[in-house]
Amino acid sequence: MPEFAVLHEKPHSFYSLYERKGELQHQTHYCPGCGHGIVHKLVARAIDELGIQNRAILVSPVGCSVFAYYYFDVGNVQVAHGRAPAVATGVKRAHPESIVISYQGDGDLAAIGSAEILHAANRGENITVFFVNNAIYGMTGGQMAPTTLVGQKSTTSPFGRNVWNEGSPIKVCELLNALDAPVYLERVALGSNKQIMAAARAVRRALEVQMRGQGFSLIEVLSPCPTIWKKDPVEAQHWVAEELVKTFPLGVVRDRTKDAPVRPASAAPPALDKIPGILGLEQDDPGPTVGGPAAREPVELAVKVAGFGGQGVLLLGEVLAEAGLASGLQVSWLPSYGPEMRSGTSNCHVRIATRPIASPLVLRPNVLLAMNEPSLRKFLPTVEPHGLVIYNGAACPADCLRPDVTLIAAPFAQLADGLGGARAANIAMLGALLEAAPVPFESQVPNVLRKLVRSPKWLEIDLAALARGRQAARQEVAS
Amino acid sequence: MRRELIKGNEAIVKAAILGGCRAFYGYPITPASEIAEAAALYMPQAGGVFLQAESEVAAINMIYGAASAGVRSMTASSGPGVSLMQEGFSYLAGSELPCVVADIMRGGPGLGNIAPEQGDYHQVVKCGGHGNYRTLVLAPDSVQEMCDLTLLAFDLADTYRNPVVVLADGYIGQMMEPVAFPDAAVMPSAPAWAVTGTAETRRNLVTSIYLEPDVLEAHVRKLEAKYRRAEQDAVRFESRETQDADIVLVGYGIVGRVLKEVVEAARAEGMRVGLLRPISLYPFPTEEIRRLARHAQAFAVVEMSTGQMLDDVRLALEGRRPIEFYSRVGGNVPATDAVLGFVRDALLKHVRAPEVIHA
Amino acid sequence: MKTGDRGRVDLDSEECKGCGLCVEACPPKVLALASHLNRYGYHPATYSGEGCTGCGICYFACPEPGAIVVWRLKAEARPVAQAA
Repeated sequence: MPEFAVLHEKPHSFYSLYERKGELQHQTHYCPGCGHGIVHKLVARAIDELGIQNRAILVSPVGCSVFAYYYFDVGNVQVAHGRAPAVATGVKRAHPESIVISYQGDGDLAAIGSAEILHAANRGENITVFFVNNAIYGMTGGQMAPTTLVGQKSTTSPFGRNVWNEGSPIKVCELLNALDAPVYLERVALGSNKQIMAAARAVRRALEVQMRGQGFSLIEVLSPCPTIWKKDPVEAQHWVAEELVKTFPLGVVRDRTKDAPVRPASAAPPALDKIPGILGLEQDDPGPTVGGPAAREPVELAVKVAGFGGQGVLLLGEVLAEAGLASGLQVSWLPSYGPEMRSGTSNCHVRIATRPIASPLVLRPNVLLAMNEPSLRKFLPTVEPHGLVIYNGAACPADCLRPDVTLIAAPFAQLADGLGGARAANIAMLGALLEAAPVPFESQVPNVLRKLVRSPKWLEIDLAALARGRQAARQEVAS
Repeated sequence: MRRELIKGNEAIVKAAILGGCRAFYGYPITPASEIAEAAALYMPQAGGVFLQAESEVAAINMIYGAASAGVRSMTASSGPGVSLMQEGFSYLAGSELPCVVADIMRGGPGLGNIAPEQGDYHQVVKCGGHGNYRTLVLAPDSVQEMCDLTLLAFDLADTYRNPVVVLADGYIGQMMEPVAFPDAAVMPSAPAWAVTGTAETRRNLVTSIYLEPDVLEAHVRKLEAKYRRAEQDAVRFESRETQDADIVLVGYGIVGRVLKEVVEAARAEGMRVGLLRPISLYPFPTEEIRRLARHAQAFAVVEMSTGQMLDDVRLALEGRRPIEFYSRVGGNVPATDAVLGFVRDALLKHVRAPEVIHA
Repeated sequence: MKTGDRGRVDLDSEECKGCGLCVEACPPKVLALASHLNRYGYHPATYSGEGCTGCGICYFACPEPGAIVVWRLKAEARPVAQAA
């Protein structure tokens, strides 16, 4: 008796029994003659041959292949319609050693998921995409797909696809070929024995690209859908070979498998005890304790800093808050934000207090630093009686005075300009504040400036401006 | 412990990394962009992944992937972006995947504006996605809480295998306050159910599809039981001066801060006013509100929306006590003086001994 | 089985959905759809019992993962292989 050996059998990467499938656990849920079963088989065989079953993670979104996890004995993630390339990105980046396969249909990939596939391809994600194109929505019962042929009837193109209404079929491989990153793009088909064998080779090659770490590959498989096409399986197969290929020509669209570089491996993660340092939370000095010596006298500063964007309003507030914090006081800093960051008015609310700060908002400041006239006009009425107002101008406008507040006006911008930069006007005004109000944290201000102002040139100007501002306030108070 | 003066949005990222988060996928949007920016700076240095996605839809699905792979992961956005993420929340909850989402609320509807508002309460707390699911929601009112509640959010996400939203507003995100971060970083091991591309996890499956009605019902009941458990175990709130309060103010986030000032000012005037600040918006402190209703004669809800959390207070009280409502929207924040006036009126209207106001 | 066949094919009639793609694909045309129905109501593919070349093409044409097993004559059993 001649001895025979198994040449081809069910790949090991399939479950022997499909226990996740409720009934008929020995056969797939696909219709007779459906191309999905063949593509599944080609993928599973390639996984077997390449020895990657344990590393493989299959991402299956909505479509007839939504239940791919019934069959594939690999890690499985089932996802939303069209989002497989995004999910695959998250999986692959978490585990670069895994082999991530995105298995998608035409509605999924080329319609609702068109953004996700385009950008995953453009990033050169090191994943493999198997794109099953049967030119129709199968699962939902035969609606038009983005790949439906011109003139082809579907339940949502009952008169045939009309280019003037629905546009032309999307050629995914050619579209992705416009991008720099993809390594390997090929369109294959299941229309004949020869085409199926070419598809098997392409499937395997695409997985090898990922195994080598080269990046993105996509195999588009023209696949029969006999049920929805209303053809018997053999006719459907012929239709793939004779009709689909006219719109979607077969062949390699992109092949950089020989020269595409291997994506650089990410560096080993730092040890856990290095993390606080990486985040800038290294505890060089323990810093002041809350309620320290500086807090003996009650402080309750509610500062509004206001001016134009670019005048250093936010920085001035930050210096105040940092200095308060360095003295062991409670602080808060709240900016106006948004368009104001780019142009127009800018202001921030700073509170510095001995007791915990209830609200960080300063609607009734007891200190107003107004860096221009509109800010002075806007906020002067809100200042608490007996408050302090420092104004960046030679003198307050005559119609802009309040007898119940202390007003200090000086041309801080000009003073700063004389020191090397009008932009230091904010720090000159801070100097004036330190001079005019008994704040317990003034000694911290130079240290804070050293911390926040990185440029040695500007630090020098700022420190000079601080002194000049103080001098201006002394003169102003004396006058 | 040294305290860092830091922006709320930045504190979230540092806390997340200290808490073991190693994946951030996001799309920039004001006023949440500093979160993505800080993640872009720190995540790669910490050995994690930062990726600016092509959209919020993609970002939340990348999170789905990272969470499936067992990595602590997060994203951040604001109203319009969170609307786009609703699909993802439903799938994440359905697939029982943990993750943290920071929503730094801005003005709406539509493009609205970029000033702070609290108009995302419905879409986040009541869940804008499809199906029977909930997201756990934490509402910080300070930068310290941006840190603390982010850390808590990761733990809750793992405990309940569910998305957790840190719901803040533009002010909490943008303001700077001192924060004491934890001294040490932690890194929980990947959960056993994750799909990691190894022999041990090969049979693992992440999915939200249950075709058989009975099977899906069992799954939904399982989720429901989880949420009931959270309602027992995960309620958080802050109470101030509620013990003898005639009227209890209810507000969260930045409004909670304003109300703290209002309570101080009201007490200074002799009004018996207290504050209940929900910290967990889901689960909502329903029982605490009912408990307070035994003594308080009225409740006053203050919100930067036209009355979204108000519904939950109504449901908690079930008509036991009258509720007054004060709101500002469009990016306006309730002013202390204005709320104080509203509280005076509410006291006069509902409290049987108005002379206490002048005591 | 006829002696001298290089191959053999096993068809699982209960897994088969009777699509006929293997019949169409088979080069020596030794597969056919049975006249009887299997328990799911399909005419399953059957092997005539002789003439299989062991080419394996039916295996690739078949959409069911485990419906077809293809066997090939072991190399040592072949006279040529023995000579080598």
